[in-house]
Amino acid sequence: MKRLLRYLSGYKLESIMGPLFKMLEASFELFVPLVVASMIDTGIRNGDTGYILRMGGLLILLGIVGLSCSLTAQYFAAKASVLTAACLRNDLFSHIARLSYTEIDTIGTSTLITRMTSDLNQVQTGINMVLRLFLRSPFVVFGAMVMAFTVNRKAAMTFVVVIPLLSVVVFGILLISMPLYKKVQKQLDQVMLATRENLLGVRVIRAFNRQKSETSRFEEENGLLVQFQVFVGKIAALLNPVTYILINLATVAVIWIGAAQVDGGIITQGRVVALVNYMSQILVELIKLANLIIIISKSVACMNRVDAVFQMEPSIRDGAEPQREGFGAPEAGLGQKEKAGAPETGSGQNGSAGNSFKVEFRDVSFLYAGAKEESLSHIDFSVKKGETVGIIGGTGSGKTTVVNLIPRFYDTASGHVLVDGKEVREYSLEQLRGKIGVVPQKAVLFKGTLRENMQWGRKDASDEEIYRALDIAQAREFVDSKKKGLNLYIDQGGRNLSGGQKQRLTIARALVRRPEILILDDSSSALDFATDAKLRRALKESTDDMTVFLVSQRAAAIKHADQILVLDDGELAGRGTHRELLNTCPLYREICLSQLSKEEVEQDGR
Amino acid sequence: MAGKKTLDKNTSIKTLKQVLGYIKRYRLAVAVSILLATITVALTLYVPVLIGQAVDHILGPGQVDYESLIRILTRIGIVVLLTAAAQWLMNHINNVITYRVVKDIRTRAFNHLEQLPLSYLDSHPTGDLVSRIIADIDQFSEGLLMGFTQLFTGVMTIAGTLLFMLSINPLITLVVVVITPVSFLVASFIAKRTFAMFKKQSEARGELTSLIDENLGNLKVVQAFGHQEEAEKQLAEINRRLADCSLRATFFSSITNPATRFVNGLVYAGVGTAGAYGVIRGFLTVGQLSSFLNYANQYTKPFNEISGVVTELQNALASASRVFRLMEEPAIPEEAPDACALHEVEGQVALEHVNFSYVPDVKLIENFSLNVKPGQRIALVGPTGCGKTTVINLLMRFYDVDSGSISIDGHDIRNVTRKSLRTSYGMVLQETWLKSGTIRENIAYGRPEASLEEVVQAAKEAHAHSFIKRMPNGYDTVITEDGGNLSQGQKQLLCIARVMLCLPPMLILDEATSSIDTRTEIRIQKAFAKMMEGRTSFIVAHRLSTIREADVILVMKDGHIIEQGTHESLLEKGGFYSELYNSQFAAG
Repeated sequence: MKRLLRYLSGYKLESIMGPLFKMLEASFELFVPLVVASMIDTGIRNGDTGYILRMGGLLILLGIVGLSCSLTAQYFAAKASVLTAACLRNDLFSHIARLSYTEIDTIGTSTLITRMTSDLNQVQTGINMVLRLFLRSPFVVFGAMVMAFTVNRKAAMTFVVVIPLLSVVVFGILLISMPLYKKVQKQLDQVMLATRENLLGVRVIRAFNRQKSETSRFEEENGLLVQFQVFVGKIAALLNPVTYILINLATVAVIWIGAAQVDGGIITQGRVVALVNYMSQILVELIKLANLIIIISKSVACMNRVDAVFQMEPSIRDGAEPQREGFGAPEAGLGQKEKAGAPETGSGQNGSAGNSFKVEFRDVSFLYAGAKEESLSHIDFSVKKGETVGIIGGTGSGKTTVVNLIPRFYDTASGHVLVDGKEVREYSLEQLRGKIGVVPQKAVLFKGTLRENMQWGRKDASDEEIYRALDIAQAREFVDSKKKGLNLYIDQGGRNLSGGQKQRLTIARALVRRPEILILDDSSSALDFATDAKLRRALKESTDDMTVFLVSQRAAAIKHADQILVLDDGELAGRGTHRELLNTCPLYREICLSQLSKEEVEQDGR
Repeated sequence: MAGKKTLDKNTSIKTLKQVLGYIKRYRLAVAVSILLATITVALTLYVPVLIGQAVDHILGPGQVDYESLIRILTRIGIVVLLTAAAQWLMNHINNVITYRVVKDIRTRAFNHLEQLPLSYLDSHPTGDLVSRIIADIDQFSEGLLMGFTQLFTGVMTIAGTLLFMLSINPLITLVVVVITPVSFLVASFIAKRTFAMFKKQSEARGELTSLIDENLGNLKVVQAFGHQEEAEKQLAEINRRLADCSLRATFFSSITNPATRFVNGLVYAGVGTAGAYGVIRGFLTVGQLSSFLNYANQYTKPFNEISGVVTELQNALASASRVFRLMEEPAIPEEAPDACALHEVEGQVALEHVNFSYVPDVKLIENFSLNVKPGQRIALVGPTGCGKTTVINLLMRFYDVDSGSISIDGHDIRNVTRKSLRTSYGMVLQETWLKSGTIRENIAYGRPEASLEEVVQAAKEAHAHSFIKRMPNGYDTVITEDGGNLSQGQKQLLCIARVMLCLPPMLILDEATSSIDTRTEIRIQKAFAKMMEGRTSFIVAHRLSTIREADVILVMKDGHIIEQGTHESLLEKGGFYSELYNSQFAAG
């Protein structure tokens, strides 16, 4: 909430003017019953047609002034809410983009997307409604009461009794029904789950002939939903009748008391009509207020969730340069923050003075946030420049974790990761990651042309360089067959490409960077054997001084590597060439036997 | 599809008729609801009249008729209580009708889903189907409820108010009737303007969402390539445009309320002035004037509500028509009346001159014949996406052949009950699907009545027992949606156990390509081997060891079966298979 106020204070004028004009409008509205009262008391009693017309004109004038006040208010409220939300959105995005893998893992990307989109939209609506109505409604309610007091103190006492009563009823029903509505929503989710599950498993369900039991399960969930809906409906349906009773009984009371006052000559008939009118103004505003409270409570919940993301600090920061300043200063507004000047050149060959290893792991252990057991323990290995390293092992054995430590996507728990003889923590992130081309497990491409996608690797890559990368990645053939060249348009998520095509393009993207270190994280799983083999051969031929890390489940894919790391449950179970490992590492032998034929394994081992 | 909200008239009428068909079951309740609505509206409108009469008995000092006043005030009290009771009951009945109707439609829709052929389900995204059954029906239910509660009472209120006003004084009624249309003009003018702006806003919002989706969804890649700042720049640009559209849309839409309030004020002023004049002239009492003012206040309200309800109803109809369209999709053809049940299947499968394609123009399987003897193993080999699953689809009769025939032990599978055909096969697919429920329920999915001992035995044979034992609640551990708490390999072992429990005479297996833990993979292979003993098996194979041991290898490419034979014969042939096979050794 504090953060929201800070952002709002960037639009102080708008945030104050909005509610102010709204209250002005309301006060004009409060004069209307009084004008009518004098119409009756003065105009009618004296038979003064001119007076009546003047009063009618006054009513219209009040309407016009009210309208212009209200339009001004709406404009300010809209401006304040839209601009505040825009600012929040920019800053939140910048903030999220700088979170480290650890934080991304903890929150989850889908949650982050929700925060950026629907949550922030809800916050915007909330701000708008609060600026417009939050002051107006209570103002009208109490204003009507105050006006009633100016008319007649005794009759006004009815207001003092009925307003709290009405509030209790309106907010009581609201409080009771809100959690019930949540329950309905949850049950609807259950129905959705049943439907989704059914569609995803349709083959299995039909194979096992379970359609009937699935339907009856659905009917059960669906029936429960109706039960909840009808129950909450019963309570919510009380709101209108009960408030109706209260308001009208209060009106009866006002008339009764008013009658006595008129009889005593204290007030006039017109004033009684005014009192009745004030009474009916209250009800409308109270209902509005109740709806507003629902919107506000939703918005507050959304803002709190957004705030939780803001409060998350990136755990990995640049090593070589001073830390960046904090994020989220509102004065940054819609503009872009200039980046702290990090050096562009990522070549950094100078660090390799001490030893000739390109990448070195020294007794590295790693623990994921929130995990109880280490995902890597005491990993030791070193890789020379230009070598190809194969990494094999079961799921969860730590293969991806090992390669993620090299570009410092995560920090080690203990031990040291060195690139060119220098600790990764001592590089700036940009410098370190500039040396490395990563091809992640999931082939991800972005909306835009093929050229734009390839230039993710290096902004200034020429078409020629891109084509060379496509050649190596075995992607040239299908790119050519589409006849669009580098202008080939890629849909969001690369939907217009097959899995294998996407994988090849992600490999090409990493190659465009001309990285010193290339990491292929199980990135050829969607390729058939033949293409996979061609790809590996091309990589080998064209990348002499590139150090390559090859993570795979396929023994065939890594068996020709200069060095193979066999991982088992976070530990290094073996390290060596294919032949060495076949003879020394039982796990490796077991893996090979399960994938290759017995003869091949025997032959390779010899 | 989701964006298209408006319907042409014919579809609307047709959909409306269908909806009425569902409501018909509750016609008694609807009649009661209409009766209650009439009562509510009439009584609600009567109250201002009574209040006016009351005011007329309070003329001035010494001119208060207490006796009549008490009579009128008591009457107001009774009327109010009656109105409230009728209103609550009406709302409740409307709730019940709406939710029941919606439930009926939803259940019917789901039932239909179970009847739809896989060709339909495969060609429509799951998300779209789910959104029809959930979101669309929900939208429909909201619209229907609003229609019930507001449309009818709204119309009645307008008619009733006019009637009451006319009965009091026709002249002043005229004032009201003349000024109110201004309100519509203003409202429709604003609505037209805002519609265009909202459209722009939602376009900008869509653009922004897709950018966010893309960049945050793949944040790790964005970071790996240091692309954050580019992304921020893109976002800031769209965001600026969005703020622009959003400001206009928000502002213009928020004009509606003050504007109609203003028109309302005009009506009020008109009635007040004309009424006061009428009182002087003596054809109206002060009390009647106050009744009129009261009516003037509530007369425009139903108009605004109705215009809201009409849009809501249109949306509801559009949603309903999407659901009905789904329900009109032709279901799987009925089983032939003389369809027999397969039993004691030997496992002899014959495919004769089979032709099949998903899309008429794109031929897939052409004139394909194959004779499988009981106990043989058939390996399906080929690059990913070459259509190996098509064969599974045909064998299980998820799809029917276009021409030719498939028969089991001499029975054409089209003359056999689907149930008995499918029970004859055990199927383990690569995309492992588990139901949310306990592990035990999942293993016993094909035989819900199986005892715990049998379940454990099946799990043991599938090499799944050891990990299940280590789960927090063993066999009673609840698997979350889509097996989120299990590894891919564990899920596959459970699927194997599921088949193991039924032990059907024939098998369809899909070997996993990657991302399975190597050790689990060894277990899976052992389990597969055990299952296949003496059973006719069709295996989508990725491993050479499996392929070599097969009796027949079917080599597929681009959906076609291009080669067929044993490992040796295919190698000798030197075709696509041998190229595939040799590429294994060509690396490096």
